[in-house]
Amino acid sequence: MTEHVDHVPAHDPPDTPGLAVEATGLVKHFSTRKQVTKAVDGVDLRIPTGTVFGLLGPNGAGKTTVVRMLATLLRPDAGTARVLGHDVVTDADAVRAAVGLTGQYASVDEDLTGTENLLMLARLYGFTGQRARQRVESLLDAFSLSDAGGRQVKTYSGGMRRRIDLAASLVLAPRVLFLDEPTTGLDPRSRNQVWDIVRVLVADGATVLLTTQYLEEADQLADRIAVIDHGKVIAQGTPSELKRSVGEGAVTIRLADTGRRAEAAGLVEKVLGTEPTLASDPYALSARVPDDGTDAVARLLPAFGEAGIAVPEFSLGQPSLDEVFLTITGKPLPAEDAEAAEPAPAEEVS
Amino acid sequence: MSTESPTITTSALRDAVALPERPSRPSPVSMTLTFAWRALLKIKHVPEQLFDVLVSPVIFTLMFTYLFGGALAGSTSAYIQFLLPGILVQTIVFVTVYTGYTLNTDITKGVFDRFRSLPIWRPAPIVGALLGDTVRYTIASIVCIGLGLLIGFRPDGGFVGVVLGVLLLLVFAFSLSWIFTILGLLLRTPNSVMGVSMMVLMPLTFASNIFVDPSTMPTALQRFVDVNPVSHLVTAVRALMGGQPVGSEIVWVLVASVALTAVFGPITMRLYRTRH
Repeated sequence: MTEHVDHVPAHDPPDTPGLAVEATGLVKHFSTRKQVTKAVDGVDLRIPTGTVFGLLGPNGAGKTTVVRMLATLLRPDAGTARVLGHDVVTDADAVRAAVGLTGQYASVDEDLTGTENLLMLARLYGFTGQRARQRVESLLDAFSLSDAGGRQVKTYSGGMRRRIDLAASLVLAPRVLFLDEPTTGLDPRSRNQVWDIVRVLVADGATVLLTTQYLEEADQLADRIAVIDHGKVIAQGTPSELKRSVGEGAVTIRLADTGRRAEAAGLVEKVLGTEPTLASDPYALSARVPDDGTDAVARLLPAFGEAGIAVPEFSLGQPSLDEVFLTITGKPLPAEDAEAAEPAPAEEVS
Repeated sequence: MSTESPTITTSALRDAVALPERPSRPSPVSMTLTFAWRALLKIKHVPEQLFDVLVSPVIFTLMFTYLFGGALAGSTSAYIQFLLPGILVQTIVFVTVYTGYTLNTDITKGVFDRFRSLPIWRPAPIVGALLGDTVRYTIASIVCIGLGLLIGFRPDGGFVGVVLGVLLLLVFAFSLSWIFTILGLLLRTPNSVMGVSMMVLMPLTFASNIFVDPSTMPTALQRFVDVNPVSHLVTAVRALMGGQPVGSEIVWVLVASVALTAVFGPITMRLYRTRH
């Protein structure tokens, strides 16, 4: 790729150790006729340069509002925020030049083709003539969209759509990326692809703020996670700290023979060290996996083999956002939100 | 979908995000032109949106000329000389509504927030869209005048008079659009923008001198017609196309255009900045 462009250096001084995002006491209310809702109620965030920060929470928790404030789309009612040292209110244009944004609300134009969308952004950022076209081609190529570049975006599949959105936010190769629910509604394949893209960007030194409803996603990508609910951060830490607080998840076993369930339960308790729960289904039992208990789980299946107990079904589940909430707040997610907070969807919701 | 088995290679992605140098920020004019280019692309990709622009002037011109021409002016050919400049104004004034409609569509689809998140001259997306819309107005004008010429419109002002009339109309339409950008930013759905705008435009166009000489109207209505900016615009366009002297009416239209822009432009930009 030959990209010769004038003067201004591409990166802020080579990855100065420090904070890419620093927010203190962010507050945002929305008022309707009847009431004032505190969408964000005093959020502090400190995201070191070159790391991935996951903002985890159910629908309506305030994740998107936080991102919109950091991306200068919303003015905070109180508190301050700086992105790469630029204040989001008083120095908004500098923030806009430094940040790439992908989310349900920052979208490409469906009537235009992929190429036209990227070309428009490239020109708005100051690429001209041939250089703009080269920039667009290299992005389409990088996101495997070269063949689809000439088609209107409305004809794209869900995965392609997300890739063009990502490409659109990378036209200026920003050092900070805000990804608002980047995999919601994607099939597992496309989701893995988005994850791979994020990993490459971070390996190259970008800082990523990611919002998600899925603990698994935050676990896969984030260096640190903040759990947010009702506009407040209710827990914060590394994924392993957070998971340790809820346990590694649960193992669920289904037997071929109901008569050996008691025996199986004894075996599970011996190997895992936690007391299994006997399900209402007479063939099934499950047990919480203790902290750092993955080795024990690995020994469980051979142990059944030695004992001669047939196990047609054996599954290990990650703790869900539900369990995180249950542990942190002592109460489950509200019913309507709980549905949206299920683990990553298995089917495509397009 | 054939392209759903992509291989994203790390090296291509690395290359794409390794931007050695950043371009310098473009000028406001160049940003605005980029948005005007986008509006033209929309016309190319969604030609259906021109349907209204092309069909409504045809229907209105034919309907009024042949239904009412004889009764109102003695003959259809006499009436078309009077009607055509007016129907042209009505057509273009109606088309300005699309400005608010498309702006609102951008907002509901999230495209607008993408623009707001860019380091660009803030009015560029709106001013660019308005510039792109003038292309639509020009197309509608050509259709309307072309049809008029076919069915007997013979402007005494000649080519120059007709072009000047259209230009004056474009200036006014650009200024009037700022009202619809406000509606586009305030209302919730594109269709409600359409509905409210039509409620504004119906009295402005029908209670004017587009279709008939207002001297037969009740006094109260005449007063409204006299202050209606559309009437002044129609009088000016009619005079330009008819080769009549028009000094004061043109000034009136230009002053109204400046006033509309000066009042509603800044309100639009304020709403644009503070929108959630």
